[in-house]
Amino acid sequence: MAPAWWESQWVFIVHEMSIAQSLIDILREEMVKHDAGTLRSARLHIGQLSAIVPDSLSFCFEVMTSGTELEGAKLIMEIIPLKGTCRDCKHTFEIQDYTFECPECSSTEIDTIAGQNLSIVEMEVD
Amino acid sequence: MKISVVKDILEANDRIAQENRAIFDEKGLVVFNLMSSPGAGKTSLLEKTIDGLKDHLRMGVIEGDIQSSQDAERIARKGIPVVQINTGGACHLDGNMIRDTFKSFNFDDLDLLVVENVGNLVCPAEFQVGEDFKVMILSVPEGEDKPSKYPLMFHESKVLLINKIDLLPYVDCNIETIKEQALKVNPHLTMFEISCKTGEGLDAWYSWLKEAVRSRGVDLKGK
Repeated sequence: MAPAWWESQWVFIVHEMSIAQSLIDILREEMVKHDAGTLRSARLHIGQLSAIVPDSLSFCFEVMTSGTELEGAKLIMEIIPLKGTCRDCKHTFEIQDYTFECPECSSTEIDTIAGQNLSIVEMEVD
Repeated sequence: MKISVVKDILEANDRIAQENRAIFDEKGLVVFNLMSSPGAGKTSLLEKTIDGLKDHLRMGVIEGDIQSSQDAERIARKGIPVVQINTGGACHLDGNMIRDTFKSFNFDDLDLLVVENVGNLVCPAEFQVGEDFKVMILSVPEGEDKPSKYPLMFHESKVLLINKIDLLPYVDCNIETIKEQALKVNPHLTMFEISCKTGEGLDAWYSWLKEAVRSRGVDLKGK
């Protein structure tokens, strides 16, 4: 298969392009599974710590789905705040200013429990 | 119709990275992913590290760049196995690209494989390649605000090498602030102050790296 334009051009491509491709692969797979013909929207959770720029992801998604069965689908993106649990005192808190330190006991043994991943949570299809 | 799907978008890459990792583990190979912005000194660090550890461990390198094979040529001059990946535009390496290089190496002849990622302080941190750990370089001319501006890479790294300390008298950068900022984002970060130009601080990094390889069960030659 001939490379797509974004694979063959000498341009600096943002990683949202790769993310959009993975997203499209998952959406297609789910549509086949549910026998759906059209995608209206997909709801994504974007962790605060992930290095994703929502506008770039939307742009890449739009370009890469143009002329396909996914064209026109809307991406609804929700930024998920960074949350951690302290391993020492078990306190769960929102991690402010990317500071991985427990506000209760000052421990730095923090497990990140939300806000790092990129996930798809819901799709609306016809 | 609404369908509820809970899937990690990077799942496909993570799966390939895990498969890569299983192959490295089976071969008793320690792998680290080397990341930094362009020009921070990744290739210079590797040139030094190859010389510094050549009597102790057998290294191989995967060089990732958007274009050109200049870095691979620099490494090849050191006489160790190296494979260049040109991403042709992509700003990071992923699990698949790393897997494609396997046929070019004989892993039985290696103790340590270094993946030199594409110079970029953002994207490479998001994609696992199957590494045991990540090492990043920040050079002092880049400034002390980088850990708070690009938290993910600092958070994901096991080691931070603060490079070009020979330039400290000439740049407005406080090394203590870099360390303080980096430790906020990652309290478990191991940090070394180095200069690939003068060699200052590199011995401590070599010792740490030897120990890291040894602690994963690799038998090193010499001490």
